[in-house]
Amino acid sequence: MSGAQPVIVLDKVCKNFGAFRALINVSLSVSKGEKLVVCGPSGSGKSTMIRCINRLEEHDGGHIIVNGHELTKDSRNIDAVRREVGMVFQNFNLFPHLTVIKNLMLAPRLVRHKNKDEARAVAMKYLERVRIPNQADKYPSQLSGGQQQRVAIARALCMNPEIMLFDEPTSALDPEMIAEVLDVMTDLARDGMTMVCVTHEMGFARSVADKIVFMDAGEIVEAATPEAFFTKPQTERARQFLSQILAH
Amino acid sequence: MTLDPQLILDSLPLIAQGLGITLKLLLYSALFGIGLAIITLVMRISGRWYLSWPAQVYIYFFRGTPILVQIFIIYYGLPQFGFIRGSILWPILREPFACCVIALGLNSGAYVSEILRGGVLGVDKGLTEAGKALGLSSPQRFIYITAPIAIRLSLPAYSNEFISTLKATALASTVTLMDVTGVARTLVSQTYAPYEIFIAAAILYLAFAWISYVALAWLEARASRYVKKGN
Repeated sequence: MSGAQPVIVLDKVCKNFGAFRALINVSLSVSKGEKLVVCGPSGSGKSTMIRCINRLEEHDGGHIIVNGHELTKDSRNIDAVRREVGMVFQNFNLFPHLTVIKNLMLAPRLVRHKNKDEARAVAMKYLERVRIPNQADKYPSQLSGGQQQRVAIARALCMNPEIMLFDEPTSALDPEMIAEVLDVMTDLARDGMTMVCVTHEMGFARSVADKIVFMDAGEIVEAATPEAFFTKPQTERARQFLSQILAH
Repeated sequence: MTLDPQLILDSLPLIAQGLGITLKLLLYSALFGIGLAIITLVMRISGRWYLSWPAQVYIYFFRGTPILVQIFIIYYGLPQFGFIRGSILWPILREPFACCVIALGLNSGAYVSEILRGGVLGVDKGLTEAGKALGLSSPQRFIYITAPIAIRLSLPAYSNEFISTLKATALASTVTLMDVTGVARTLVSQTYAPYEIFIAAAILYLAFAWISYVALAWLEARASRYVKKGN
């Protein structure tokens, strides 16, 4: 995918939580249609990094440019970026007081000003795509974890985003539900969506990712193709991480 | 001294004549209180000191002083000022009923505001983040995500507050209002039978408190219909 226009650029991004340096000079770029998988030990800054891309966290230094909009205090740019970037969270974060279909319709109606019928049609289209159209009128608490996460993916897709961010989307799921979520994500990747995924699912990373970024202690330690990363990791830290995560 | 059950039964319909005023006091001050509570809540969570401080002073004052004192200040105290007697509010402030609604409403507003704030703080931060990520504006997140969930979380505590306000309406009898307690006091001065009359009044309050409990419990169940049982 090299040579394509970068849609996400992070340039020497820093983020501190008090005295703790969560991100230290993180630079990377993601091209249109590229699938980037971010991995690393817990506390390494992966989630902080992905959350900076739609400004759920404010970075303290460096520049972040998403689809041509630089993220600053300017709320117009933040709004513009959030309209184009969908996000899926570890804990699904579905709105518990709304049915599945209303979870999906809320943002298109409020942000895209679609009318009820349009919003419902789009919502049903994506519910079919994540293979649970029959659950439309249930509340999130009535669904399994895997179903909830698929609803969350559909909810993000209803905004027709150009980029999707996944923040450990399978970490809160029972093992038998991980596959159904990864299947949906793999479909999405095949359709050419630009994706940034923080995940420990190395099988998914190997089959879907164009590039793997390995983070440790707030820094990008290694960035390589899956092939290179899994067979010939360049650093001791990456080797250690891989041996731990692939040991079982 | 013996208790005369017949007198209790006989006085019930007489005291019930005060029920209308008690209910009106309760409903008006509860509604006024909810309105005030929402305004002060928004002021408190606005993050702007010049909105948050006045709200906190208001809450501190009305939670920290007895309702009876507040009623007396409004009913006996305010007319001391000439400009209040001359103002367009005077026709309202000279009525004991309006003064009681104002005092009870201001008091209830202070408590309900804190109850709602607890509800807002109880809403999972992840839901607000999901709203942000979807591009919802801050007012949209508050109206469509935070508020509905916060209201559900606040209902059990609000139910207590509503019953407290019901009981506080009895203080209106101190400024000549003929609510349940007011009528009961008049009857006592005529019959010299405080036991029977006040027991009858207590029965009426209990009956209405029970109806309120049932109604609010129904509301709570309805608001929680999406919550998984056992969670």
